[in-house]
Amino acid sequence: MEHLELFFKSIFIDNMVFATFLGMCSYLAVSKKVSTAVGLGAAVIFVLAVTVPVNWLLDQYILQPGALTWLGAEYADYDLSFLSFIMFIATIATMVQLVEIVVEKFSPSLYNSLGIFLPLIAVNCAILGGSLFMQSREIESIGLAFNYGISSGIGWFLAILAIAAIREKIRYSNVPAPLRGLGITFIITGLMAIGFMSFGGMLTGGDDEATKEPETAQVEQVKEKEQKLAENTTTINE
Amino acid sequence: MSLKSNLHNLKEKYKGTKMAPAFNALHTFLYLPNETTHGGTHIKVADDLKRTMNTVIMSLIPCLIFGMFNAGYQHYLALGEISQATGFFDSVFWSWDNLVIGLWKVLPLVIVSYGVGLAIEFVFAVIKGHEVEEGYLVTGMLVPLIVPVDTPLWMLAVAVAFGVVIGKEVFGGTGMNILNPALTIRAFLFFAYPTWMSGDKVWVHGAVARDKAIAAGENLDAISGETILGSLAQGKEITYSVWDMFTGLIPGSVGETSAVLILLGGLFLIFTKIGSWRIMLSSVLGALAMGLIFNGVVDAGWIGEGSKFYGLMSTEFWHHLLIGGFAFGTVFMATDPVTASQTNKGKWIYGFLIGFISILIRVFNPAYPEGVMLAILLMNVFAPTIDHYVVQGNVKRRMKRLKAKTA
Repeated sequence: MEHLELFFKSIFIDNMVFATFLGMCSYLAVSKKVSTAVGLGAAVIFVLAVTVPVNWLLDQYILQPGALTWLGAEYADYDLSFLSFIMFIATIATMVQLVEIVVEKFSPSLYNSLGIFLPLIAVNCAILGGSLFMQSREIESIGLAFNYGISSGIGWFLAILAIAAIREKIRYSNVPAPLRGLGITFIITGLMAIGFMSFGGMLTGGDDEATKEPETAQVEQVKEKEQKLAENTTTINE
Repeated sequence: MSLKSNLHNLKEKYKGTKMAPAFNALHTFLYLPNETTHGGTHIKVADDLKRTMNTVIMSLIPCLIFGMFNAGYQHYLALGEISQATGFFDSVFWSWDNLVIGLWKVLPLVIVSYGVGLAIEFVFAVIKGHEVEEGYLVTGMLVPLIVPVDTPLWMLAVAVAFGVVIGKEVFGGTGMNILNPALTIRAFLFFAYPTWMSGDKVWVHGAVARDKAIAAGENLDAISGETILGSLAQGKEITYSVWDMFTGLIPGSVGETSAVLILLGGLFLIFTKIGSWRIMLSSVLGALAMGLIFNGVVDAGWIGEGSKFYGLMSTEFWHHLLIGGFAFGTVFMATDPVTASQTNKGKWIYGFLIGFISILIRVFNPAYPEGVMLAILLMNVFAPTIDHYVVQGNVKRRMKRLKAKTA
């Protein structure tokens, strides 16, 4: 259940593109054709699925405050979390190199169409974002970290797939000249985010806050009444 | 000289100048022209775009008239001045007083929606130097039908401006948009002014004004009209009978309440082959499937009565079709030929997912009691993707067939 919830949540509710607007550079640049978008999306899923669990291990056993205890009790006070960024990026860069070698070997056409954006996955904010969210959300186990990596990758994949199909569809539209290209793509992204807002607040629910408000208001009213009572009694006593 | 010939003269006078489209459009709007539509991505038959639009508007008229009466009926009912109507044909409902309130509240919505939208269309047509497109005719009629009756007019105007410019004109006008413009307008209102689009006050004319009067110290009873979805989400008992839900004697957005009239409109659209029966049918199937799943979950005892989802989950699955905007959205919004899937197989998938997701959002997302709008917008986003894969699938199959033949 926990896995299912995290899976659903990171694809739709906390979608990398539409909820946090991460990974926009390659999302905007490589979404002209569906086939290329699928290739890049698959690469992102793969890189996320590998880097998030690896970074989870790094975080658990090296970076967190007290993570080095397994080396010996004298290391319990060490806090290496200031190294998170550089360590995470190192993992990601390594993985991207690996992906690049594999793609070049097995699918040269995809390699050519992705061009510079394949090595640029290394600095794709969605990838680093995945690892950093994993850290800040304190994901509990390596299984969940793996799940989180894959599902947020799938969310990104769906986003780039949808926008690529839309951009193929509007290729012959008479878009006003100043908006052609990136301008209209930004507008589409905004409109797509409206569509994805349907999932915002799902599962957690919005009615908790609504019920809280009158309660606090009542408490305040009761407090006021009590104060007035106390004042009245003191005046009467006097 | 008559207005027509005057207009015609104006049209001739400005022919070839910058203002020509504006006069042409006015002429076309008021009188039948002898030019038919050419171009546009969703013209698949020899039918004129204008006739398509008019057919949709005709199927919407019953909902509009009913919505006017219902606005008055809900108003007087909440005030306690009339008793509950006993049936669809009760004279308590079809009374003159009700219609007056309806005309007073609903007509301005229609006028503002058309006025602002068409003004923007005219401006864009003049700037771009093409003829005014008829696309706004349907949107302009849909918008007043899907907003609460007490929506302030300036809000509607702002939302219409947003929807027409950002939702449609930037893509090149009618037939090019990716999201349904009417729903874009509704979503804009919903996210920008949530207090006016949900809650238990806005659905009945006068409830908000009454609240203000009470806050100002007048000695009056508060009136409210919670929609059925809203009450269910809060776990309240429903006082309306199924027959009321079906005929539409319930609070809600102006035109969305009467399932029976929407059904009639839908049948009319199917009969004239303008609305896709595939989308309507598959969307209903999707909603029923999701409703059955939720009912099953309740029956299996996985969800207790204490859960906040219980009220909506335990609603009988087919009631979901009658309450809220589901029927209206399915018939008039999901079938929008521009933003829906274009392929037949794609339409089945698209419709099914709309039904499925809208009930999902309804039940699991208490922040948004109305899931249909967002489900359709979401599927609008994915419709090109579905189409792409359906087309690719066809291409692959034919390639295989070709290979088998040549080999």
